[in-house]
Amino acid sequence: MTVIRNVALGCVLGMLAAMASAKTDIVVGQQLEPPHLDPTSAAAGAIDQVLYSNVFEGLTRFGPDGSVNPGLAQSWDISEDGLTYMFSLQPGVTFHDGTPMDAADVKFTLDRARDETSQNAQKALFEGIEAVEVIDDLTVKITLTAPNGNLLFNLAWGDAVIVAPESIGEIKQMPVGTGAFKFEDWVQGDHITLLRNPDYWGSPAKLDKATFKFIDDPTAAFAAMMAEDVDVFGGYPAPENLPQFEADPRFQVLVGSTEGETILSINNQMEPLGDVKVREAIAHAIDRQAVIDGAMFGLGTPIGTHFAPHHPDYVDLTGLSSYDPDRARALLAEAGFADGFTTTLKLPPPSYARRGGEIIQAQLREVGITAEISNLEWSQWLEEVFKGKNFGLTIVSHTEPFDIGIYARPDYYFQYDNPAFQALNTALTAEADPAMRSDLLVQMQRTIAEDFVNGFLFQLATPTVANAKVRGLWKDAPTQATDLTGVYWED
Amino acid sequence: MRATLILGFLLTGVFALAALVSFLWVPFDVAAVDIANKIKPPTWIHPLGTDHFGRDILSMIMVGARTSIAVALVAVGIGMGLGVPLGLAAAAHKGSLLDELIMRGNDLIFAFPSLLIAIMITAVFGASALNAIIAIGIFNIPVFARLVRGAALSLWTRDYVLAARVAGKGPVRISWEHILPNVTNLLIVQGTIQFSLGILAEAALSYVGLGAQPPVPSWGRMLADSQTMISFAPHMALFPGLAILLTVLGLNLLGDGLRDRLDPRLRRQTR
Repeated sequence: MTVIRNVALGCVLGMLAAMASAKTDIVVGQQLEPPHLDPTSAAAGAIDQVLYSNVFEGLTRFGPDGSVNPGLAQSWDISEDGLTYMFSLQPGVTFHDGTPMDAADVKFTLDRARDETSQNAQKALFEGIEAVEVIDDLTVKITLTAPNGNLLFNLAWGDAVIVAPESIGEIKQMPVGTGAFKFEDWVQGDHITLLRNPDYWGSPAKLDKATFKFIDDPTAAFAAMMAEDVDVFGGYPAPENLPQFEADPRFQVLVGSTEGETILSINNQMEPLGDVKVREAIAHAIDRQAVIDGAMFGLGTPIGTHFAPHHPDYVDLTGLSSYDPDRARALLAEAGFADGFTTTLKLPPPSYARRGGEIIQAQLREVGITAEISNLEWSQWLEEVFKGKNFGLTIVSHTEPFDIGIYARPDYYFQYDNPAFQALNTALTAEADPAMRSDLLVQMQRTIAEDFVNGFLFQLATPTVANAKVRGLWKDAPTQATDLTGVYWED
Repeated sequence: MRATLILGFLLTGVFALAALVSFLWVPFDVAAVDIANKIKPPTWIHPLGTDHFGRDILSMIMVGARTSIAVALVAVGIGMGLGVPLGLAAAAHKGSLLDELIMRGNDLIFAFPSLLIAIMITAVFGASALNAIIAIGIFNIPVFARLVRGAALSLWTRDYVLAARVAGKGPVRISWEHILPNVTNLLIVQGTIQFSLGILAEAALSYVGLGAQPPVPSWGRMLADSQTMISFAPHMALFPGLAILLTVLGLNLLGDGLRDRLDPRLRRQTR
C-alpha cells in the first residue's frame, strides 16, 4: 500500500512541477567556441553566434528573414544625392556597464573599424565612409565618398556593432554592449553564460538566463540533445541524425537556409591551379549531388556560382560546371596534364568539409588528380590556409551574407585577380538603382562562374534541433547568430 | 593449452591472409565512392554492407587489415630493433654508467602515457601512418629493452657464459652468440603481445584522426566514421569493431599459447 501511495504522491508532485510556470532559462549548444568575444576584430562566426543581437547591437539589425531593420538607430534620412545619411539614435540606451550610448560611441565605433590599424575582419564594409560626425547626442551624420546602396545592410553586420570607448580595452574577455542580454561569465572550453538585461531599452528578453555550451564532437552533441542537457542546438553537426530527432516528439527540427556558399576553394596563384582549364576540369570532375547526398545526407541546394539561391538576383549557373569526367580529362590533357597532377586538400573540422573532402578526393582521382588530404583544426586552418595561403584546395562554407565582393580582393586567400570583376564590383557599390544593381550582380555571378574561380558546391542548410517547447527561434540564418531576444518556453 | 594456440593461430591467420589477399584482389575499389549505394545492410553483393559513402565494408576491412598489420609490424620492429641491443648492452655492462643511462632513459619513456605522446607526436609532425608507426614504435623500445636486460642478467651468471669469457670472447660476441639465442623465445612471445597492442594503438590513433589518412582505409577511422550512425546503421560499426576485437584476441591467444610451448620453465611445470 505504501508503495502505491508513494507512487501516487510522486505522480502528483511531478504534475505540480510540470504545471509550474514555464522555464526561463535555456541551454544552447553550438559546435565552435569563440576565440575571444570581440565581434569587431575577428572573422570567427562563433563570436556572432553567441553575441550578435543578444549582447551587441548595431545601428541596423538583421531580422530572421534577412531584412534590415532599425536597431540602435530608430530612423534615418538619406540625402537626395545618396551621399549623407542622418541617423537618429534610440534615446535612453545604456551599455551594460551603465554608461549611456550616444552619438560619440557610434563615431568611436565606426572610426575604430575604419582606422588603418583596425583589426576588423570585414573592413570592406566601411569602405567609402568619408566622415562620421556627431551632430548632437542622438544624431550622427555619415558622409560617403560615393553613393552606396549597401550601407544600411553593411551596418547590420556583426562586425559593425556599436561598442564603447570605456569598455573597449577588456572587450575580448568582458564584452559590454547594449543588448537584451548581458555577458555573465565564460568558462573557457565549456560555456558562456548570458543574463537578462533588466535595463534594456527595447522590449525585454523573455528568458532570464542563457547558457551557450560548446560541443565540438557530433556524437557528444547527439548524446547531449537526447539526454535533454541542451535545449537548442544551432548548426547541428550530424545531418544523419535528423530523422531520429524528427521522429521523436520531444524535439523539433528546423532546417533553414543560410548565407553559406560551400565551395571547394582553389588557390588561384598556385601552379597548376592558376590555369583556368585546370580549374574548369576540376569543376567538371565534381558531382555536386553526390557531395550533398554523401556529406550532408541531402541537405543543401546545388550552386553554380558564389551566390545564395534564395536571393532574388541569383542565376542558376550549375550547368556551366556540370558533372562530366570525360570533359574534365580532356581539359586536363589540353592544359598539359594528361597524366594528372598532385595537390593538397586541406580540410577544416565541419563534417561538410571532412566528408565532402573524401568524396571530392575520390571524384578527382577519377580524372587523374591526386588530392592529398590533411585534416586541420580551425586555428591551424586560419593560420595555414586563410592567412598563409599555403594550400592547393580546401573546402569551406562562406557564411557571410552577400559576400560576392570577396572575389574583388586579390589578396583574399583564394587570390582571384581579375580587373574586369573588380570594375564590376566598384560599379555595384556605387549603383543605387535596383534594376542596374541586379544586372551587375548577374554579370558578377557569371564572371566568376566562367572563370571557374572555385568549385561551387552547394548552399549550406542549417539544421537547428530544439526542444519541442521552445518558441521564437530563427529558422534561417541570414547571418551567423543565435538571436534569443524573442525566444521563450511554451507552457 | 593447445586449443588456445590453434585458435589464436587461426584468428591471426585469417586476418593476415585477408591482408595478403587484398594486395592481389579486393571485391570493390576501396577509394571509389558510390553515394547511390550508401549505408546498405549486408547483401550478397556486399557481404558486410556498405558505408556512408557506398564503399564495400568487406573490402575496406581487408585493406584496413593491411594498414593495421603494417603499422603494428613496423612498430614492433622498431621496438625490437632498438630495444634488444640496448637491453643486451645494459646487461653486458651491468651497473655501469651505460647501464644507468639506458635504463633510466627507458624509465623516462615508460613514465609517459604512451597514447598521449603518440597523439602529441602526430599532432606536431602531422597525421599520417608513418608518424603513427614512429610514435607506437618508440614506446615499444623500453618494453623490449627491459625484457632482454632482465633475462640476459640471469644468463650472464651461467657457466657457459663464464667459459666463453675465459675463452676470451668480448661482451658483444657473447651477447650475440650466447645471450640472444636464449632470449629469442621470450622475444617471440612478447613480440606477439606488443603486436596486438600496436594494432589497438593504431586503431585508437586512427579513431581520433591521427593515423592513416583517407583514402587509405583504417579500422579505427571506420569506427569513428560510423559512430553517429550507429543507431540506424549498426553494421558500419559492428564489422570493423569485430575485426579489431578478433585480431587482438587472436594475437593474445597466440602469444599465450606460444609462451606455454616455448618457455622451458612453464613447460616443465605443466608436465
